[in-house]
Amino acid sequence: MTTGSPSETPPALVLDGVSVVRGGRTVWDEGTLTVPAGAVVGVIGPNGAGKTTLFQLALGLLPAATGRIEVLGGAPRRGNRRIGYVPQNYTAALGEAVRARDLVMLGLTGNRFGVRRATPDERARVDDALRRVGAAGYADRRMSELSGGQQQRVAIAQAIVDDADLLLLDEPLANLDLRNSQEIVTLLGELRRERAVTIMVVAHDLNPLLPVLTDAVYLLDGHPHHDVIGEVVTEDLLTHLYGTRVRVVRTAQGDLFTRSG
Amino acid sequence: MRFQENWLQILQTTFMQHALVGGSLVAVTAGLMGYFVITRQNAFAAHALAHIGFPGATGAILVGAPVTLGLAVFCVGGGLLIGLFGKRVAEREIATGTILAFATGLGVLFASLATANASTTTNVLFGNLLAISRDQLWLFGGFTLLVVGALALIARPLVFASVDPAVAEARGVPVRALGVAFVVLLALTVTMAVQVVGTLLLFALVVTPAAAALRLTARPGAVAALSVAFALVSVWVGLVLSAMVDLPPSFFVVSVAVLVWVVVLVVTRDRGRRTATPARGGHDRLPAVPERTH
Repeated sequence: MTTGSPSETPPALVLDGVSVVRGGRTVWDEGTLTVPAGAVVGVIGPNGAGKTTLFQLALGLLPAATGRIEVLGGAPRRGNRRIGYVPQNYTAALGEAVRARDLVMLGLTGNRFGVRRATPDERARVDDALRRVGAAGYADRRMSELSGGQQQRVAIAQAIVDDADLLLLDEPLANLDLRNSQEIVTLLGELRRERAVTIMVVAHDLNPLLPVLTDAVYLLDGHPHHDVIGEVVTEDLLTHLYGTRVRVVRTAQGDLFTRSG
Repeated sequence: MRFQENWLQILQTTFMQHALVGGSLVAVTAGLMGYFVITRQNAFAAHALAHIGFPGATGAILVGAPVTLGLAVFCVGGGLLIGLFGKRVAEREIATGTILAFATGLGVLFASLATANASTTTNVLFGNLLAISRDQLWLFGGFTLLVVGALALIARPLVFASVDPAVAEARGVPVRALGVAFVVLLALTVTMAVQVVGTLLLFALVVTPAAAALRLTARPGAVAALSVAFALVSVWVGLVLSAMVDLPPSFFVVSVAVLVWVVVLVVTRDRGRRTATPARGGHDRLPAVPERTH
């Protein structure tokens, strides 16, 4: 079995012979891997390979067809407060009805029925989460008034407000310009340092994330694999993964891979 | 159109008193529901439900049942039907539009079969606040209690499920069930509101006050309070004007609601554009580049 983590903390995610079927089609199978607690993991693979599906398994939104899944030491279940989730294209649907702080508050109390005002403690936690992502300055603005980078920060604040131990971010850098993209990556590094949180990031482009990634899960030939980042950023593997010639360039800041061909 | 000198006395008549109480109940319910209708981007469903009520009302006349009952049965049934259709807005819109058209056709059929007099049909289409009976008032009171109470209970998860369905679902919020519960509440609201402003004008009472309120503030409590206030003012001013000049209150109620909305639009016209003013103390200090957000 799996005891990848040196500490007593159980691994963030364990797959053991997992296959997943959706609409009669096998998305991927033979998934056996362990994501250690505290890792910052890039989840990569071609379009339609089942990256988002992996998140849905972890969130308990989709059952595994076969095999066993363990998330933070337990079976996946909907409503697991220890997981913070930011879906893809998340901010696109947000209208002008909610302010940034309302959205973050939903991450704390949004699943509770009944009439109850937010407690001072809950408000303080919302303020704290907004501060940690650098969004305190526009906490009272409507989501529709914020830029893409600002919306992404608020979304991350919502994911961390309940002190999640595992963050699942689906394409958080999509539609961001270079500067905003780098700032979000820096933010992820800071979150990782502040608390022993495990972060999994679906990304179609690994380059901007390389400074903070420790591990990668890559979907190749219909199976998910896990490895430390250094073993993944190789020309052979990336070329195989993307189906196009990839060159890896080593720089002082770390590896940088480029696509060509 | 002529000014009625005795409008103050008219306001004290029984039918006016009924209209004031009934209209106020509807305003409170519609004003609150409007906020959720907008956050759920469900305005079209609200409009459609009103039309779906039309065959319910004319059908009730046909079989000799109370009009409110017919409205309620058809609105709730239609609401459930719409609620069962896909979560995706595009699918929902098409299903809603199709059901709407079919319902309107049925309404015409029932109306002609029932040989209902024209004024009954007109009442359904355009509403008649002045025809609200004491029994209906009790019914409205019950509906209002039910809708407002249920809304208070589900408000937070409902907002979560509306603005953020994927995360809400992951957090264990019963997104689908809330969607169905919401259309049922909407159907009950529509059942009441149809009798005030009619199926054709209902939009102005269910959606417009909340839309105006949302332009002014985004604080949830303030939006709810303002929305209810706008709806109440529309009904009250509408009734007074109708007493003054002896014209149907529906027209005045809707006109006041629209007027409020227009004034708010003008007052807030500088907002609403995606303003990119630098946020205080934030990280995004650069003048934001227009960003694509699908």
